[in-house]
Amino acid sequence: MSAKVVKKLQSVLGDAILETSSFRGDEEVRVALKDWVRVAQVLRDDPELAMNHWTDLTAVDWPEREVEGQPRFDVLFSVRSFEKKHRIRVKTYVKDGEDVPTLTTVWAGANWAEREVFDMFGIRFAGHRDLRRILMYDEFVGYPLRKDYPIDRVQPLVEYRDADDTLKLPPFGIEEGQPFARVDWEERLAGRDEQVSPSIAVQTGQRRALSDSEIAEAQFAKKPEESAAE
Amino acid sequence: MEPADEILEDDDEALEIPADPMRLNMGPSHPAMHGTIRMVLDLDGETVMNVDVQPGYLHRGFEKSCERGTWAQVFPYVDRLNYVSPMLNNVGFALAVEKLLDVKVPDRCQYYRVILGELARICDHFTCNGASAMELGAFTPFLWLLKVRDWVWDILEKESGARMTHSFARIGGMAAPPTEGFKDDVRAIMPEIRKVVGEAESLLLKNRIFLDRMEGVGKLSKERALALGVTGPVLRSTGVAYDVRKDHPYLVYDRFDFDVPVGTDGDNWDRFMVRTEEIRQSLRIIEQALDQMPDEGPVSIDDPRIMLPEKREVYSTIEATIAHFKLVMEGLKPPKGAVYSFTEAGNGELGFYLVSDGSGTPYRLRVRPPCWFNLQAAREMIMGDMIADIIPTFGSVNMIGGECDR
Repeated sequence: MSAKVVKKLQSVLGDAILETSSFRGDEEVRVALKDWVRVAQVLRDDPELAMNHWTDLTAVDWPEREVEGQPRFDVLFSVRSFEKKHRIRVKTYVKDGEDVPTLTTVWAGANWAEREVFDMFGIRFAGHRDLRRILMYDEFVGYPLRKDYPIDRVQPLVEYRDADDTLKLPPFGIEEGQPFARVDWEERLAGRDEQVSPSIAVQTGQRRALSDSEIAEAQFAKKPEESAAE
Repeated sequence: MEPADEILEDDDEALEIPADPMRLNMGPSHPAMHGTIRMVLDLDGETVMNVDVQPGYLHRGFEKSCERGTWAQVFPYVDRLNYVSPMLNNVGFALAVEKLLDVKVPDRCQYYRVILGELARICDHFTCNGASAMELGAFTPFLWLLKVRDWVWDILEKESGARMTHSFARIGGMAAPPTEGFKDDVRAIMPEIRKVVGEAESLLLKNRIFLDRMEGVGKLSKERALALGVTGPVLRSTGVAYDVRKDHPYLVYDRFDFDVPVGTDGDNWDRFMVRTEEIRQSLRIIEQALDQMPDEGPVSIDDPRIMLPEKREVYSTIEATIAHFKLVMEGLKPPKGAVYSFTEAGNGELGFYLVSDGSGTPYRLRVRPPCWFNLQAAREMIMGDMIADIIPTFGSVNMIGGECDR
């Protein structure tokens, strides 16, 4: 359905379209970061494309790519045309710490989506007028949707902003929360842990089951490090 | 008599009227901010000059949590996105994974999903319209609409076992086939729904207070709505006839005859009326679906790599035991790739962007919540109106905290 969008984009932009793919009927094009806004403008302003309906912008974190020297993040947006009823998804690769030019000048709807990607992945959008955290609070440390942000990390409650010496304790201990993520990304990126699921790994002999005392010891050892990080 | 300004000039204790805008904090726990939303308002008198809408108070890390379980373990989470119409989220997510797997559920299941989904949509619109009216002081329509919503929930409870958070859809089917008498139950409440919608309308549509608060308040233009990514009833109220069910039919929506109601001004009144009319259109869809739905046949696809085997089989045969073990422990494994699947939920286009790395765990699961973008547009609807207009405007945007903040 949107294959003709890809063709049209290729004819207008030529080499700027680095890669196209189609999976289960979803057309996607990859462009270089420098062409990001130009592609968006063509998508909106070309009368044959007329992509006037903003849909979504998001990012995907691939930390293993960074180890290989590739850019770490995929940033992608999708838009549709109300009149022509076609859609397209545009993707670009972004290095950690690299700025992405903002799309808010093209579609106003990109505003909150970019703020969310900044909040969750720490990708900055150059030219965005109001780049603040949107879902998390200002005192939050780190970017939760990065793969190396552990799901069971506990951050302290925020002290009251207008009073001194009222630091509150964490609501619950570090050992509580959600300990059973299927992939331990810190271990995997360090090249130590390849298995998918700890429970499956125990069954297939990749990893032995830890005794209760070992678990308790590991959790005890984690505590000072966590508090030091704060 | 002297002119007023001369009196003021002569008097040393002249009344000082502050000329600076006043900053007012509304929410996050304000009775009209259903869900928890904070609005920081700059007021000039009673007029809203600027507003900063701050979501995030209900953020529970939905997307992060999904990255640690199997694909099937996401269902309870999607229930808690839009908790007013969880069945639509269930079906939306099931369709997304099925798109990734490239499978299609049997015909009977498709109709079943349509009927349950439309019932959920009716509940969603009932809640929104009823609550909007209640916030303007009309308590009776709210109670009448919720009474019927409870009857609909009785049906959903009979089918799924839970009133609100059903977790009823499965990847490749539904958890259970329709119960005996399902069609009769649905047919029995349809006239009641029609009646109550009419009654609620008769109470509200000629009510001067209600009209004054709704008409011409909270306007949004067509172009801005499109650029801001607004979907659903809020977009249709501006005059854009975009409905995923019509424009990109999924399930069996292309087999039904129904209309897409649109408004003209994009004000509160139009949003209210679009929702009311959509309830009637949903009833039309349900009527046709009930007639077309086959009474016999499977509701789930027959593939041991996707669907859990029957419990009876699991306890008696080794093959089923292994299939069950693999599905529960490792989860089903979709091929590598990424898809974006979207459905029409109660508030608009609910999209799921799924990235699979070929393992049993979602690599990345992004929800495109319709409320997120509708709420983003709420700033433009509120600005320039009076502070009291925030209540009906925000009510008719129908922000659902669970879906917006995830």
